[in-house]
Amino acid sequence: MKGGKNMALRESFERELARLHEDVSSMGAEVQRAIVRAIAALDHRDVERARSIIAEDEAINEHRFRIEAACHGLMATQQPAARDLRTLIAALMIIVDLERMADHAKGIAKTVILTANEPSFPPAPDLRRIADRVRQMLDQGLQAFATGDVALARRVCEADDEIDHLYKQLFNVLLSYMLEDPRTITRCTYLLWIAHNLERIGDLATNVAERVIYCETGHLQDTNF
Amino acid sequence: MLEASAVGVFYGDREALREVSLRIPRRKITALIGPSGCGKSTLLRCFNRMNDLIPGARVEGEIFFEGFNIYQPGVDPVEVRRRIGMVFQKPNPFPKSIYENVAWGARINGYRGDMDELVERSLRRAALWDEVKDDLRKSGLSLSGGQQQRLCIARALAVEPEVILMDEPCSALDPIATLKIEELMQELKQEYTIVIVTHNMQQAARVSDYTAMMMLVEGTRAGTVIEFGETKRIFTNPRDKRTEDYITGRYG
Repeated sequence: MKGGKNMALRESFERELARLHEDVSSMGAEVQRAIVRAIAALDHRDVERARSIIAEDEAINEHRFRIEAACHGLMATQQPAARDLRTLIAALMIIVDLERMADHAKGIAKTVILTANEPSFPPAPDLRRIADRVRQMLDQGLQAFATGDVALARRVCEADDEIDHLYKQLFNVLLSYMLEDPRTITRCTYLLWIAHNLERIGDLATNVAERVIYCETGHLQDTNF
Repeated sequence: MLEASAVGVFYGDREALREVSLRIPRRKITALIGPSGCGKSTLLRCFNRMNDLIPGARVEGEIFFEGFNIYQPGVDPVEVRRRIGMVFQKPNPFPKSIYENVAWGARINGYRGDMDELVERSLRRAALWDEVKDDLRKSGLSLSGGQQQRLCIARALAVEPEVILMDEPCSALDPIATLKIEELMQELKQEYTIVIVTHNMQQAARVSDYTAMMMLVEGTRAGTVIEFGETKRIFTNPRDKRTEDYITGRYG
């Protein structure tokens, strides 16, 4: 980036872009927190915590619209081009992905409430692995957006295959439980729902990483097959 | 169809343009953008030998139009300018009637067809006919700025050129008149090849199909083309850092 008098030409736009980055990061942190709390609510079968996740989702939605409006304003007034334009487009798409991730966290919380009176879940270590990996993907995706780290973004995209593999493995394990003991069918089905929510969060984290790659390189690519 | 090959321009001792090689695609709009003094207008004027008219100007390299070098000996610059017309920054109608403004070029070229028909056709192509058809005897200077510029475009079209060079054609016009000219350019590119110099980057982004980014060669006062490509790509993903800085307003 050039210094000196040239920067003064667009100082206020630079400030707005920096603020946009901060806003997306802080929305990302809220979403991460919702996901972490949803997993904790599941671990502890904590209905109160699950309810609060559902209640807090509204604030995340509002945050998204605030950022969206700010992007619209910058597009209308600054005529962004090149990287500036790509940054705004990436931000607009990332906040939608983040909002959907929060919806999936809410989905997990709802399942926690629905299953409150079910007996304990059968052991499913792959579910824990999926949860940990997905959280890490989102964390790295947001970090890549904040720092413009394309290599990190690519690693997030690659991790998605691992999630798909774990998801299939978990599916087979749960299927075997259900075949062995049909009384577990309800519980196992709920666990599959939860795994599906986590798997979708992984896909959306991949989208975030793809947007970072677009923002930094100008190349649109789909790494989800 | 129009191609610059290693073109350089000197005004006396001063080098104004260096090593420009550029292919202008047929029936498309190509925008030349870049900071002031980087040689955009100089390059534009090379395309129809307008630099010949500037004392001390010297052009090196070659400009090919339909395969022949327009700077080779024996080429008639007047014929070059008939086939490659020009519209200037400030509308410059002659102090004559609207009709005479349009008919003038054709008349001195010895046009033998139906002059009324040619005037009407040219004014229609320049999207001015409906506004002036009832008063063709009125002075061209009595029109508004935007109408005057369209009159100049009609005048350029009347000699049936193949290329139209536009040197900041909207810089003296208000936004509505500007949009009219821009709409007109979209019509005209069906039949003509257009090259436009503009300082207005949004205009380049809106109207052109291809963009050539120009810049001074470092440490000199000579301009050159540093990047050329589809306008959409230039404005979303320029390859050259200097292009990026210029179109995003980082380069003063």
